[in-house]
Amino acid sequence: MTDTRKPVENMLTDYDIFEPSFIANPYPGYSEIRESECPIAHTDRYEGSWLPTRYEDVVAIAQEYEVFTSRGILVMPPPPGQAEGAYGGVAAPPITSDPPDHHWHRRLILPVFAPQAVAKYEQSTRDLCNALIDEFIDKGTADAAADYAQHIPVRVISNMLGVPLDMEDTFTGWVRGVLENMHDVELRKRSRLAIIEYFLAQVEDRKKNPRENDLISELMNTEVDGKKVPIEYVLGVCNLMLVAGIDTTWSAIGSVMWHMAQHPEHRKQLRENDDLWPTAIEELLRVYAPVTMARIVDRDIEFQGCPMKAGDRVLMAFPAANRDPRQFENPDEVILDREHNRHVAFGSGIHRCAGSNLARLEVRVALQTWLARIPEFELVDPATVTWAGGQVHGPRSCMVKF
Amino acid sequence: MKVSVDMGACHGHQMCAIAAPEVFGSDELGNAKVLITGDLPPELEAKARRAESNCPERAIVIS
Ligand code: HEM
Ligand code: SF4
Repeated sequence: MTDTRKPVENMLTDYDIFEPSFIANPYPGYSEIRESECPIAHTDRYEGSWLPTRYEDVVAIAQEYEVFTSRGILVMPPPPGQAEGAYGGVAAPPITSDPPDHHWHRRLILPVFAPQAVAKYEQSTRDLCNALIDEFIDKGTADAAADYAQHIPVRVISNMLGVPLDMEDTFTGWVRGVLENMHDVELRKRSRLAIIEYFLAQVEDRKKNPRENDLISELMNTEVDGKKVPIEYVLGVCNLMLVAGIDTTWSAIGSVMWHMAQHPEHRKQLRENDDLWPTAIEELLRVYAPVTMARIVDRDIEFQGCPMKAGDRVLMAFPAANRDPRQFENPDEVILDREHNRHVAFGSGIHRCAGSNLARLEVRVALQTWLARIPEFELVDPATVTWAGGQVHGPRSCMVKF
Repeated sequence: MKVSVDMGACHGHQMCAIAAPEVFGSDELGNAKVLITGDLPPELEAKARRAESNCPERAIVIS
Protein backbone atom coordinates (compact mmCIF):
# COMPACT_ATOMS: atom_id res chain seq x y z
CA MET A 1 0.00 0.00 0.00
CA THR A 2 1.47 3.38 -0.88
CA ASP A 3 1.62 5.93 1.85
CA THR A 4 -0.59 8.81 0.85
CA ARG A 5 -0.47 10.74 4.13
CA LYS A 6 0.63 14.33 3.97
CA PRO A 7 4.06 15.00 5.49
CA VAL A 8 4.19 16.15 9.10
CA GLU A 9 5.16 19.80 9.09
CA ASN A 10 5.24 20.49 12.78
CA MET A 11 5.29 17.92 15.58
CA LEU A 12 3.59 20.34 17.97
CA THR A 13 0.54 21.00 15.80
CA ASP A 14 0.40 18.12 13.35
CA TYR A 15 1.90 14.95 14.87
CA ASP A 16 1.02 11.63 13.31
CA ILE A 17 1.58 8.51 15.41
CA PHE A 18 1.16 6.35 12.31
CA GLU A 19 3.85 8.10 10.28
CA PRO A 20 6.51 5.49 9.29
CA SER A 21 9.57 7.28 10.68
CA PHE A 22 7.76 7.95 13.96
CA ILE A 23 6.74 4.30 14.13
CA ALA A 24 10.35 3.18 13.62
CA ASN A 25 11.73 5.57 16.24
CA PRO A 26 9.27 7.73 18.19
CA TYR A 27 11.73 9.02 20.79
CA PRO A 28 13.17 12.05 18.94
CA GLY A 29 9.63 13.22 18.17
CA TYR A 30 8.48 12.71 21.76
CA SER A 31 11.42 14.63 23.10
CA GLU A 32 10.96 17.45 20.59
CA ILE A 33 7.44 17.93 21.96
CA ARG A 34 8.35 17.38 25.61
CA GLU A 35 11.23 19.86 25.57
CA SER A 36 9.31 22.55 23.64
CA GLU A 37 7.36 25.40 25.17
CA CYS A 38 4.20 23.45 24.51
CA PRO A 39 4.75 19.93 25.87
CA ILE A 40 1.15 18.97 25.06
CA ALA A 41 0.96 18.71 21.28
CA HIS A 42 -2.20 18.69 19.22
CA THR A 43 -3.09 17.23 15.85
CA ASP A 44 -6.16 17.45 13.67
CA ARG A 45 -5.43 14.06 12.14
CA TYR A 46 -7.79 11.14 12.84
CA GLU A 47 -10.48 13.50 14.09
CA GLY A 48 -8.04 15.21 16.42
CA SER A 49 -6.17 14.46 19.66
CA TRP A 50 -3.87 15.94 22.31
CA LEU A 51 -0.50 14.42 23.18
CA PRO A 52 0.91 15.17 26.66
CA THR A 53 4.55 14.08 26.93
CA ARG A 54 5.84 15.22 30.35
CA TYR A 55 5.82 12.72 33.21
CA GLU A 56 3.92 15.06 35.48
CA ASP A 57 1.17 15.77 32.93
CA VAL A 58 0.75 12.17 31.82
CA VAL A 59 0.44 10.98 35.43
CA ALA A 60 -1.98 13.79 36.32
CA ILE A 61 -4.27 12.81 33.43
CA ALA A 62 -4.15 9.12 34.32
CA GLN A 63 -5.12 9.99 37.90
CA GLU A 64 -8.02 12.29 36.97
CA TYR A 65 -10.42 9.59 35.82
CA GLU A 66 -13.51 11.74 36.27
CA VAL A 67 -12.35 14.28 33.72
CA PHE A 68 -10.30 11.95 31.49
CA THR A 69 -12.59 8.99 30.91
CA SER A 70 -11.96 5.59 29.40
CA ARG A 71 -15.01 5.75 27.09
CA GLY A 72 -12.44 5.61 24.30
CA ILE A 73 -8.91 4.35 24.76
CA LEU A 74 -7.86 4.28 21.13
CA VAL A 75 -6.81 7.42 19.35
CA MET A 76 -8.89 6.54 16.32
CA PRO A 77 -12.64 6.69 16.87
CA PRO A 78 -14.39 3.30 16.59
CA PRO A 79 -15.92 2.43 13.22
CA PRO A 80 -19.31 4.14 12.83
CA GLY A 81 -22.21 2.13 14.19
CA GLN A 82 -20.13 -0.20 16.37
CA ALA A 83 -21.95 0.62 19.59
CA GLU A 84 -25.39 0.01 18.07
CA GLY A 85 -24.35 -2.96 15.91
CA ALA A 86 -23.97 -6.66 16.71
CA TYR A 87 -22.46 -7.20 20.17
CA GLY A 88 -22.37 -3.43 20.63
CA GLY A 89 -22.40 -3.96 24.40
CA VAL A 90 -19.17 -5.94 24.38
CA ALA A 91 -16.24 -3.71 25.28
CA ALA A 92 -12.97 -4.65 26.93
CA PRO A 93 -13.53 -4.32 30.69
CA PRO A 94 -11.92 -3.08 32.85
CA ILE A 95 -9.79 -1.05 30.45
CA THR A 96 -12.82 0.51 28.75
CA SER A 97 -14.80 0.94 31.99
CA ASP A 98 -15.18 3.99 34.19
CA PRO A 99 -16.14 4.10 37.87
CA PRO A 100 -18.36 2.91 39.42
CA ASP A 101 -18.49 -0.23 37.20
CA HIS A 102 -14.74 -0.18 36.73
CA HIS A 103 -14.34 -1.16 40.35
CA TRP A 104 -16.00 -4.58 40.07
CA HIS A 105 -14.85 -5.09 36.48
CA ARG A 106 -11.27 -4.83 37.77
CA ARG A 107 -11.78 -6.41 41.18
CA LEU A 108 -12.93 -9.71 39.64
CA ILE A 109 -9.80 -10.23 37.57
CA LEU A 110 -7.15 -8.88 39.94
CA PRO A 111 -6.68 -12.12 41.92
CA VAL A 112 -5.89 -13.98 38.69
CA PHE A 113 -2.99 -11.61 38.04
CA ALA A 114 -1.50 -11.15 41.52
CA PRO A 115 2.22 -12.05 41.69
CA GLN A 116 1.60 -15.23 43.67
CA ALA A 117 -1.07 -16.29 41.13
CA VAL A 118 0.98 -15.72 37.98
CA ALA A 119 4.01 -17.53 39.43
CA LYS A 120 2.38 -20.78 38.38
CA TYR A 121 2.88 -19.85 34.72
CA GLU A 122 6.65 -19.52 35.06
CA GLN A 123 7.59 -23.10 34.25
CA SER A 124 5.21 -23.44 31.29
CA THR A 125 6.50 -20.14 29.91
CA ARG A 126 10.08 -21.35 30.23
CA ASP A 127 9.17 -24.60 28.49
CA LEU A 128 7.52 -22.84 25.61
CA CYS A 129 10.50 -20.48 25.20
CA ASN A 130 12.81 -23.47 25.09
CA ALA A 131 10.63 -25.17 22.49
CA LEU A 132 10.79 -22.06 20.30
CA ILE A 133 14.57 -21.89 20.62
CA ASP A 134 14.86 -25.61 19.70
CA GLU A 135 13.38 -24.71 16.31
CA PHE A 136 16.18 -22.37 15.30
CA ILE A 137 19.21 -22.84 17.52
CA ASP A 138 21.03 -25.05 15.01
CA LYS A 139 20.54 -22.58 12.20
CA GLY A 140 22.75 -19.89 13.72
CA THR A 141 20.22 -17.24 12.83
CA ALA A 142 16.65 -16.38 13.83
CA ASP A 143 14.09 -13.62 13.76
CA ALA A 144 14.02 -12.64 17.43
CA ALA A 145 10.68 -10.87 16.90
CA ALA A 146 8.80 -13.15 14.50
CA ASP A 147 10.26 -16.54 15.49
CA TYR A 148 10.48 -15.87 19.21
CA ALA A 149 8.82 -12.85 20.89
CA GLN A 150 5.64 -13.05 18.79
CA HIS A 151 4.81 -16.60 19.93
CA ILE A 152 5.27 -16.24 23.66
CA PRO A 153 2.38 -14.08 25.01
CA VAL A 154 -0.23 -15.58 22.69
CA ARG A 155 0.57 -19.07 23.96
CA VAL A 156 0.57 -17.96 27.59
CA ILE A 157 -2.85 -16.31 27.15
CA SER A 158 -4.32 -19.27 25.26
CA ASN A 159 -3.18 -21.48 28.10
CA MET A 160 -4.81 -19.20 30.70
CA LEU A 161 -8.09 -18.97 28.81
CA GLY A 162 -8.12 -22.69 28.11
CA VAL A 163 -8.37 -22.52 24.33
CA PRO A 164 -6.41 -24.64 21.83
CA LEU A 165 -2.87 -23.51 21.00
CA ASP A 166 -3.49 -23.98 17.29
CA MET A 167 -5.47 -20.73 17.34
CA GLU A 168 -2.20 -18.86 17.77
CA ASP A 169 -1.83 -17.43 14.27
CA THR A 170 -5.53 -16.62 14.04
CA PHE A 171 -5.43 -14.72 17.36
CA THR A 172 -2.33 -12.85 16.27
CA GLY A 173 -4.05 -11.85 13.03
CA TRP A 174 -7.14 -10.60 14.86
CA VAL A 175 -5.13 -8.60 17.35
CA ARG A 176 -3.12 -6.94 14.60
CA GLY A 177 -6.37 -6.24 12.78
CA VAL A 178 -7.73 -4.39 15.80
CA LEU A 179 -4.57 -2.65 16.98
CA GLU A 180 -2.00 -2.25 14.26
CA ASN A 181 -4.03 -1.62 11.14
CA MET A 182 -6.44 0.92 12.54
CA HIS A 183 -6.85 2.69 9.21
CA ASP A 184 -8.55 -0.28 7.69
CA VAL A 185 -12.02 0.16 9.17
CA GLU A 186 -13.46 -2.98 7.60
CA LEU A 187 -10.59 -5.09 8.89
CA ARG A 188 -11.02 -3.61 12.37
CA LYS A 189 -14.72 -4.44 12.37
CA ARG A 190 -14.17 -7.94 11.05
CA SER A 191 -11.40 -8.69 13.56
CA ARG A 192 -13.46 -7.49 16.50
CA LEU A 193 -16.48 -9.56 15.46
CA ALA A 194 -14.30 -12.60 14.88
CA ILE A 195 -12.91 -12.35 18.42
CA ILE A 196 -16.35 -12.02 19.98
CA GLU A 197 -17.91 -14.81 17.94
CA TYR A 198 -15.03 -17.12 18.72
CA PHE A 199 -15.38 -16.60 22.47
CA LEU A 200 -19.16 -16.81 22.30
CA ALA A 201 -18.72 -20.29 20.83
CA GLN A 202 -16.25 -21.12 23.62
CA VAL A 203 -18.82 -20.04 26.22
CA GLU A 204 -21.58 -22.08 24.57
CA ASP A 205 -19.30 -25.10 24.51
CA ARG A 206 -18.58 -24.73 28.23
CA LYS A 207 -22.28 -24.56 28.98
CA LYS A 208 -22.67 -28.00 27.38
CA ASN A 209 -19.37 -29.42 28.58
CA PRO A 210 -18.47 -27.73 31.85
CA ARG A 211 -14.76 -27.47 32.62
CA GLU A 212 -12.68 -26.32 35.51
CA ASN A 213 -9.49 -24.41 35.87
CA ASP A 214 -9.69 -22.14 32.92
CA LEU A 215 -10.35 -18.45 33.02
CA ILE A 216 -13.39 -18.53 30.72
CA SER A 217 -15.13 -21.08 32.98
CA GLU A 218 -14.15 -19.15 36.10
CA LEU A 219 -15.56 -15.93 34.68
CA MET A 220 -18.78 -17.66 33.64
CA ASN A 221 -19.28 -18.91 37.18
CA THR A 222 -18.45 -15.64 38.92
CA GLU A 223 -21.27 -13.94 40.79
CA VAL A 224 -21.71 -10.31 41.67
CA ASP A 225 -24.46 -9.41 44.14
CA GLY A 226 -25.79 -12.97 43.94
CA LYS A 227 -26.14 -12.95 40.16
CA LYS A 228 -23.92 -14.48 37.48
CA VAL A 229 -21.96 -11.79 35.67
CA PRO A 230 -23.46 -10.80 32.29
CA ILE A 231 -22.21 -12.58 29.19
CA GLU A 232 -21.03 -9.22 27.81
CA TYR A 233 -18.57 -9.05 30.68
CA VAL A 234 -17.20 -12.55 30.03
CA LEU A 235 -16.79 -11.85 26.31
CA GLY A 236 -15.34 -8.43 27.04
CA VAL A 237 -12.66 -9.81 29.33
CA CYS A 238 -11.71 -12.46 26.75
CA ASN A 239 -11.51 -9.71 24.15
CA LEU A 240 -9.34 -7.69 26.51
CA MET A 241 -6.98 -10.59 27.22
CA LEU A 242 -6.23 -10.78 23.52
CA VAL A 243 -5.95 -7.08 22.77
CA ALA A 244 -4.20 -6.04 26.01
CA GLY A 245 -2.11 -9.13 26.69
CA ILE A 246 -0.59 -10.14 23.38
CA ASP A 247 0.66 -7.28 21.20
CA THR A 248 1.88 -5.35 24.23
CA THR A 249 4.02 -8.09 25.76
CA TRP A 250 5.31 -9.37 22.43
CA SER A 251 6.41 -5.80 21.63
CA ALA A 252 8.18 -5.48 24.98
CA ILE A 253 9.99 -8.82 24.56
CA GLY A 254 10.95 -7.88 20.99
CA SER A 255 12.40 -4.52 22.03
CA VAL A 256 14.36 -6.15 24.83
CA MET A 257 15.81 -8.70 22.39
CA TRP A 258 16.68 -5.90 19.95
CA HIS A 259 18.43 -4.02 22.76
CA MET A 260 20.36 -7.04 24.02
CA ALA A 261 21.53 -7.92 20.51
CA GLN A 262 23.33 -4.57 20.47
CA HIS A 263 24.62 -4.48 24.04
CA PRO A 264 27.11 -7.22 24.94
CA GLU A 265 28.00 -5.31 28.12
CA HIS A 266 24.41 -5.66 29.38
CA ARG A 267 24.33 -9.35 28.54
CA LYS A 268 27.53 -9.75 30.52
CA GLN A 269 26.17 -7.82 33.52
CA LEU A 270 23.07 -10.01 33.64
CA ARG A 271 25.09 -13.18 33.27
CA GLU A 272 27.38 -12.24 36.12
CA ASN A 273 24.85 -10.88 38.56
CA ASP A 274 21.58 -12.67 39.22
CA ASP A 275 20.47 -9.98 41.67
CA LEU A 276 20.31 -7.50 38.83
CA TRP A 277 17.33 -9.10 37.09
CA PRO A 278 14.42 -7.43 38.91
CA THR A 279 15.66 -3.86 38.43
CA ALA A 280 16.95 -4.66 34.94
CA ILE A 281 13.49 -5.74 33.75
CA GLU A 282 11.91 -2.56 35.17
CA GLU A 283 14.58 -0.46 33.47
CA LEU A 284 14.05 -2.14 30.11
CA LEU A 285 10.28 -1.63 30.49
CA ARG A 286 10.89 2.02 31.29
CA VAL A 287 13.06 2.68 28.25
CA TYR A 288 11.04 0.60 25.79
CA ALA A 289 7.54 1.14 27.21
CA PRO A 290 5.44 -0.12 24.30
CA VAL A 291 2.00 1.28 25.14
CA THR A 292 0.20 4.63 24.83
CA MET A 293 -3.43 4.94 25.89
CA ALA A 294 -6.13 7.46 25.12
CA ARG A 295 -8.80 9.14 27.20
CA ILE A 296 -11.93 11.08 26.28
CA VAL A 297 -12.40 14.45 27.95
CA ASP A 298 -15.69 14.53 29.86
CA ARG A 299 -16.23 18.30 30.03
CA ASP A 300 -14.61 21.47 28.73
CA ILE A 301 -11.51 22.24 30.78
CA GLU A 302 -8.24 24.04 30.53
CA PHE A 303 -5.39 21.66 31.26
CA GLN A 304 -1.90 23.21 31.50
CA GLY A 305 -3.08 26.05 29.30
CA CYS A 306 -4.63 23.77 26.67
CA PRO A 307 -8.30 24.40 25.95
CA MET A 308 -9.70 20.86 25.97
CA LYS A 309 -13.31 20.33 24.93
CA ALA A 310 -15.76 17.63 26.00
CA GLY A 311 -15.26 14.68 23.64
CA ASP A 312 -11.62 15.49 22.79
CA ARG A 313 -9.17 12.61 22.75
CA VAL A 314 -6.00 12.73 24.81
CA LEU A 315 -3.22 10.25 24.18
CA MET A 316 -1.10 9.57 27.25
CA ALA A 317 2.43 9.07 25.99
CA PHE A 318 3.79 6.76 28.70
CA PRO A 319 6.95 6.12 26.62
CA ALA A 320 7.62 9.88 26.51
CA ALA A 321 6.93 10.28 30.24
CA ASN A 322 9.37 7.45 30.97
CA ARG A 323 12.17 9.43 29.31
CA ASP A 324 11.40 12.79 30.89
CA PRO A 325 14.66 14.24 32.23
CA ARG A 326 12.65 16.03 34.95
CA GLN A 327 11.87 12.62 36.43
CA PHE A 328 14.76 10.37 35.35
CA GLU A 329 18.49 11.07 35.30
CA ASN A 330 20.07 10.31 31.91
CA PRO A 331 16.68 9.16 30.69
CA ASP A 332 17.80 7.75 27.32
CA GLU A 333 20.44 5.58 28.89
CA VAL A 334 19.75 2.00 29.97
CA ILE A 335 21.08 1.64 33.54
CA LEU A 336 20.26 -1.89 34.63
CA ASP A 337 20.56 -1.11 38.33
CA ARG A 338 18.83 2.28 38.18
CA GLU A 339 18.11 3.39 41.73
CA HIS A 340 15.01 5.58 41.30
CA ASN A 341 12.56 4.27 38.77
CA ARG A 342 8.91 5.31 39.16
CA HIS A 343 8.27 4.33 35.55
CA VAL A 344 4.76 4.28 34.12
CA ALA A 345 5.09 1.68 31.34
CA PHE A 346 2.03 0.05 32.93
CA GLY A 347 0.14 3.30 33.36
CA SER A 348 -0.80 5.00 36.60
CA GLY A 349 -3.87 5.23 38.79
CA ILE A 350 -6.98 3.04 38.75
CA HIS A 351 -6.28 1.48 35.33
CA ARG A 352 -2.74 0.35 36.19
CA CYS A 353 -2.09 -2.64 33.95
CA ALA A 354 -3.77 -5.57 35.66
CA GLY A 355 -1.50 -7.93 33.73
CA SER A 356 1.75 -6.26 34.77
CA ASN A 357 2.99 -9.12 36.94
CA LEU A 358 2.37 -11.60 34.15
CA ALA A 359 3.98 -9.28 31.61
CA ARG A 360 7.17 -8.86 33.65
CA LEU A 361 7.33 -12.61 34.22
CA GLU A 362 7.09 -13.22 30.48
CA VAL A 363 9.72 -10.60 29.62
CA ARG A 364 12.12 -11.94 32.24
CA VAL A 365 11.66 -15.62 31.39
CA ALA A 366 11.94 -14.91 27.64
CA LEU A 367 15.25 -13.12 28.10
CA GLN A 368 16.65 -15.52 30.71
CA THR A 369 15.86 -18.57 28.62
CA TRP A 370 17.38 -17.02 25.51
CA LEU A 371 20.56 -15.85 27.27
CA ALA A 372 21.07 -19.25 28.90
CA ARG A 373 21.13 -20.93 25.51
CA ILE A 374 22.32 -18.14 23.20
CA PRO A 375 24.61 -15.97 25.32
CA GLU A 376 26.19 -14.16 22.36
CA PHE A 377 24.22 -12.79 19.42
CA GLU A 378 24.00 -9.68 17.26
CA LEU A 379 21.76 -8.02 14.69
CA VAL A 380 22.24 -9.30 11.15
CA ASP A 381 21.65 -5.78 9.80
CA PRO A 382 20.17 -2.94 11.85
CA ALA A 383 18.65 -1.46 8.69
CA THR A 384 16.36 -4.45 8.10
CA VAL A 385 14.64 -4.34 11.50
CA THR A 386 10.96 -3.41 11.03
CA TRP A 387 8.65 -1.88 13.62
CA ALA A 388 4.96 -1.64 14.38
CA GLY A 389 3.69 1.51 15.99
CA GLY A 390 0.64 3.56 16.70
CA GLN A 391 -0.43 2.80 20.25
CA VAL A 392 1.74 -0.31 20.66
CA HIS A 393 5.38 -0.03 19.65
CA GLY A 394 7.80 -2.89 19.03
CA PRO A 395 9.82 -4.73 16.40
CA ARG A 396 8.01 -7.05 13.99
CA SER A 397 11.13 -8.42 12.32
CA CYS A 398 14.55 -8.48 13.97
CA MET A 399 17.05 -10.89 12.41
CA VAL A 400 19.91 -11.92 14.67
CA LYS A 401 22.89 -14.27 14.17
CA PHE A 402 24.80 -16.32 16.72
CA MET B 1 12.37 3.57 60.71
CA LYS B 2 8.86 2.29 59.88
CA VAL B 3 6.99 1.91 56.59
CA SER B 4 3.32 2.01 55.73
CA VAL B 5 1.29 2.15 52.53
CA ASP B 6 -1.55 4.53 51.71
CA MET B 7 -3.96 1.91 50.37
CA GLY B 8 -6.10 4.55 48.72
CA ALA B 9 -3.15 5.50 46.54
CA CYS B 10 -1.66 2.02 45.99
CA HIS B 11 -2.67 0.49 42.66
CA GLY B 12 -0.59 -2.64 42.81
CA HIS B 13 2.42 -1.84 40.64
CA GLN B 14 4.44 -4.17 42.90
CA MET B 15 7.58 -2.08 42.42
CA CYS B 16 7.93 -2.04 46.21
CA ALA B 17 8.05 -5.83 46.42
CA ILE B 18 10.59 -5.88 43.61
CA ALA B 19 12.85 -3.40 45.39
CA ALA B 20 12.39 -4.73 48.94
CA PRO B 21 10.80 -8.20 49.00
CA GLU B 22 11.62 -8.57 52.70
CA VAL B 23 9.50 -5.55 53.54
CA PHE B 24 6.66 -5.56 50.97
CA GLY B 25 4.54 -8.34 49.56
CA SER B 26 1.23 -8.65 47.81
CA ASP B 27 -2.30 -9.14 49.07
CA GLU B 28 -4.85 -11.32 47.29
CA LEU B 29 -5.55 -8.57 44.76
CA GLY B 30 -1.92 -7.78 44.05
CA ASN B 31 -1.87 -4.57 46.04
CA ALA B 32 0.87 -3.90 48.57
CA LYS B 33 1.06 -5.73 51.89
CA VAL B 34 3.53 -4.47 54.47
CA LEU B 35 5.36 -7.50 55.86
CA ILE B 36 7.22 -5.70 58.63
CA THR B 37 4.92 -3.30 60.41
CA GLY B 38 7.20 -2.46 63.34
CA ASP B 39 10.67 -0.93 63.26
CA LEU B 40 12.72 -2.15 60.33
CA PRO B 41 16.03 -3.85 61.03
CA PRO B 42 18.72 -1.33 60.03
CA GLU B 43 20.01 -3.50 57.18
CA LEU B 44 16.64 -3.17 55.39
CA GLU B 45 16.36 0.59 55.62
CA ALA B 46 18.17 1.30 52.36
CA LYS B 47 15.98 -1.18 50.51
CA ALA B 48 12.82 0.31 52.00
CA ARG B 49 13.92 3.75 50.84
CA ARG B 50 14.55 2.37 47.42
CA ALA B 51 11.04 0.88 47.39
CA GLU B 52 9.64 4.29 48.26
CA SER B 53 11.48 5.91 45.38
CA ASN B 54 10.25 3.31 42.90
CA CYS B 55 6.54 3.46 43.70
CA PRO B 56 4.81 5.21 40.77
CA GLU B 57 1.84 6.14 42.95
CA ARG B 58 3.94 7.64 45.76
CA ALA B 59 1.91 5.47 48.11
CA ILE B 60 4.69 4.47 50.50
CA VAL B 61 5.13 6.46 53.67
CA ILE B 62 8.36 6.26 55.63
CA SER B 63 8.40 7.48 59.20
C1 HEM C 1 4.71 -5.34 28.65
C2 HEM C 1 3.45 -5.63 28.48
C3 HEM C 1 2.32 -4.73 28.82
C4 HEM C 1 2.27 -3.36 28.89
C5 HEM C 1 3.39 -2.37 28.61
C6 HEM C 1 0.93 -3.00 29.29
C7 HEM C 1 0.51 -1.70 29.47
C8 HEM C 1 -0.72 -1.34 29.96
C9 HEM C 1 -1.12 0.01 30.25
C10 HEM C 1 -0.28 1.25 30.01
C11 HEM C 1 -2.37 -0.03 30.77
C12 HEM C 1 -3.18 1.16 31.27
C13 HEM C 1 -4.28 1.48 30.37
C14 HEM C 1 -5.00 2.76 30.71
O1 HEM C 1 -4.55 3.53 31.57
O2 HEM C 1 -6.01 3.00 30.07
C15 HEM C 1 -2.78 -1.41 30.78
C16 HEM C 1 -4.00 -1.87 31.24
C17 HEM C 1 -4.34 -3.20 31.29
N1 HEM C 1 -3.57 -4.28 30.90
FE1 HEM C 1 -1.67 -4.20 30.27
N2 HEM C 1 0.19 -4.13 29.47
C18 HEM C 1 1.00 -5.20 29.21
C19 HEM C 1 0.65 -6.54 29.28
C20 HEM C 1 -0.56 -7.01 29.73
C21 HEM C 1 -0.91 -8.40 29.90
C22 HEM C 1 0.01 -9.57 29.65
C23 HEM C 1 -2.21 -8.43 30.33
C24 HEM C 1 -3.09 -9.59 30.66
C25 HEM C 1 -3.05 -10.73 30.23
C26 HEM C 1 -2.66 -7.07 30.45
C27 HEM C 1 -3.90 -6.71 30.91
C28 HEM C 1 -4.28 -5.42 31.16
C29 HEM C 1 -5.56 -5.08 31.74
C30 HEM C 1 -6.64 -6.03 32.19
C31 HEM C 1 -5.61 -3.68 31.81
C32 HEM C 1 -6.76 -2.82 32.29
C33 HEM C 1 -6.71 -2.51 33.75
C34 HEM C 1 -7.80 -1.55 34.16
O3 HEM C 1 -8.33 -0.82 33.32
O4 HEM C 1 -8.16 -1.56 35.34
N3 HEM C 1 -1.64 -6.24 30.08
N4 HEM C 1 -1.74 -2.20 30.30
S1 SF4 D 1 4.80 0.10 44.34
FE1 SF4 D 1 3.37 1.50 45.26
S2 SF4 D 1 1.50 1.24 44.15
FE2 SF4 D 1 2.77 -0.48 43.75
S3 SF4 D 1 2.17 -2.08 45.14
FE3 SF4 D 1 3.85 -0.99 46.01
S4 SF4 D 1 2.89 0.58 47.22
FE4 SF4 D 1 1.34 -0.15 45.85
